[in-house]
Amino acid sequence: THPLEESMWLVLAIAMVRFYMEKGTHKGLYKSIQKTLKFFQTFALLEIVHCLIGIVPTSVIVAGVQVSSRIFMVWLITHSIKPIQNEESVVLFLVAWTVTEITRYSFYTFSLLDHLPYFIKWARYNFFIILYPVGVVGELLTIYAALPYVKKTGMFSIRLPNKYNVSFDYYYFLLITMASYIPLFPQLYFHMLRQRRKVLHGEVIVEKDD
Amino acid sequence: MRRKERSTSRFAPATFQGLASNMWPVVTILDGTATPPRGGEWRAAPRPHFDWWVAKHLSARPCLARAPPPRCVPQADWPASWRERLVLTQDQPRGAGSKVEILDAKTREKLCFLDKVEPHATIAEIKNLFTKTHPQWYPARQSLRLDPKGKSLKDEDVLQKLPVGTTATLYFRDLGAQISWVTVFLTEYAGPLFIYLLFYFRVPFIYGHKYDFTSSRHTVVHLACICHSFHYVKRLLETLFVHRFSHGTMPLRNIFKNCTYYWGFAAWMAYYINHPLYTPPTYGAQQVKLALAIFVICQLGNFSIHMALRDLRPAGSKTRKIPYPTKNPFTWLFLLVSCPNYTYEVGSWIGFAIMTQCLPVALFSLVGFTQMTIWAKGKHRSYLKEFRDYPPLRMPIIPFLL
Repeated sequence: THPLEESMWLVLAIAMVRFYMEKGTHKGLYKSIQKTLKFFQTFALLEIVHCLIGIVPTSVIVAGVQVSSRIFMVWLITHSIKPIQNEESVVLFLVAWTVTEITRYSFYTFSLLDHLPYFIKWARYNFFIILYPVGVVGELLTIYAALPYVKKTGMFSIRLPNKYNVSFDYYYFLLITMASYIPLFPQLYFHMLRQRRKVLHGEVIVEKDD
Repeated sequence: MRRKERSTSRFAPATFQGLASNMWPVVTILDGTATPPRGGEWRAAPRPHFDWWVAKHLSARPCLARAPPPRCVPQADWPASWRERLVLTQDQPRGAGSKVEILDAKTREKLCFLDKVEPHATIAEIKNLFTKTHPQWYPARQSLRLDPKGKSLKDEDVLQKLPVGTTATLYFRDLGAQISWVTVFLTEYAGPLFIYLLFYFRVPFIYGHKYDFTSSRHTVVHLACICHSFHYVKRLLETLFVHRFSHGTMPLRNIFKNCTYYWGFAAWMAYYINHPLYTPPTYGAQQVKLALAIFVICQLGNFSIHMALRDLRPAGSKTRKIPYPTKNPFTWLFLLVSCPNYTYEVGSWIGFAIMTQCLPVALFSLVGFTQMTIWAKGKHRSYLKEFRDYPPLRMPIIPFLL
């Protein structure tokens, strides 16, 4: 499925570029690509299956965190909270995701063909250094922009009293999610940095075992 | 693993099947399965063709014609490892010390050399000696093993009985800061007891100020407080007086993980049950009575199992035996389940969830059930491995199912 996913993201990238060239503004960009984006990102759930089966060497937990944060952003934020779809931060993380995914899937695709150009490997293990923080900043800004709307409408929330004596406040959930980026992002970032040192520089990294 | 059938010699009697029956094999010692014919014994009959055949084939490889007699190799020519073993078993006079060297399992660095260790010394004593030179690694933190990647040696293992040479080489691994099981249990159970009561008495800053120190008008809320508190008091008393732990300690970081889990869930549950806007169960007093009955029965069951398990093991020992049902009817669940204490525990929490009709309680029961199932499966597996005659009807945690 890697070549398939690769082509999907290329299609998305081309659509985004075309839109920007035609319209000259990022407003309405999200609306035009949203169906494609939602379909592609949900398709990424297959990634987890790949990790479970073992055809991709990434650990299930890392891939799981990655995919769930993507699904969360697409479905629970940008899809559900219409007013923030024209924010600049949305473009920010969309661009970051698109470029990352294109390099990543072309890496996998070429690996499958056993003909990996060094440039692709270099790109995969170097682009993330910029793209990862850019994407995270985009996501966080988007969630931050969404907060007032969530508080006002009380969406996705359950209030007391109710039959099952439980409550859920989406506003506070989003705040906690934003806070959780603080421990999670460095872990994923340093994981990628370690992978980079191992693959590009041939360093042997002694794993600290418990 | 099936052993492959292999004939030990290349000249099994089967190869002589094509020959006339009066041709006795000349070489009888090749695989020892050749038997003399009925009523007869081996005799040399004139067999020209046969003799020719044997001469042609066997004489070319004389070593196969006869098994060579064992050669007595003088001790001086023995390989070094053999000589060492002989020295250990024969030349070592009783009472003289063995030598033990301890290396780091990861870096192979020599950490300690112990001279004149009693051959009857246990691993526990060696750990104590090691602590003298490296006081930061108290015995509970040490994992000593014969192979850097192998299993840890037990404290009761005796040095002499281990497969080591004159100088025993042990590999050391630091298990990290340790904390005793009793300490962990007491802390993680005292928290929920205390925290729930904070919510029950509606201590300020939890609910709105107008509710400070008020009391709920629903009986089920008071009942829930009694049940929850009873449960944790029972657990604390069991930790102090009933349980017999096989391990003394666990890694320090477990106390943070465990306390977060117990205290966090206790606060989450207590918040809703003691909330001013709490909604009592849909089916009213009936539902509460039924749930209370389930809860009480399962608490009694859980306690009975803990007592039964305690009686299996004498004080201060670490023996392991198969648990069996006793006269107490609650222990009859042992017929169907390896870990009925977990079964009763899940039952208690399900009862509590039904009684309070509170979703967080149900989630807590679910998470607890998942964890206890993992533990029960592990325990069941180790029972099966350790005891050949383990009752086959038993399942780990749910009768017939799981």
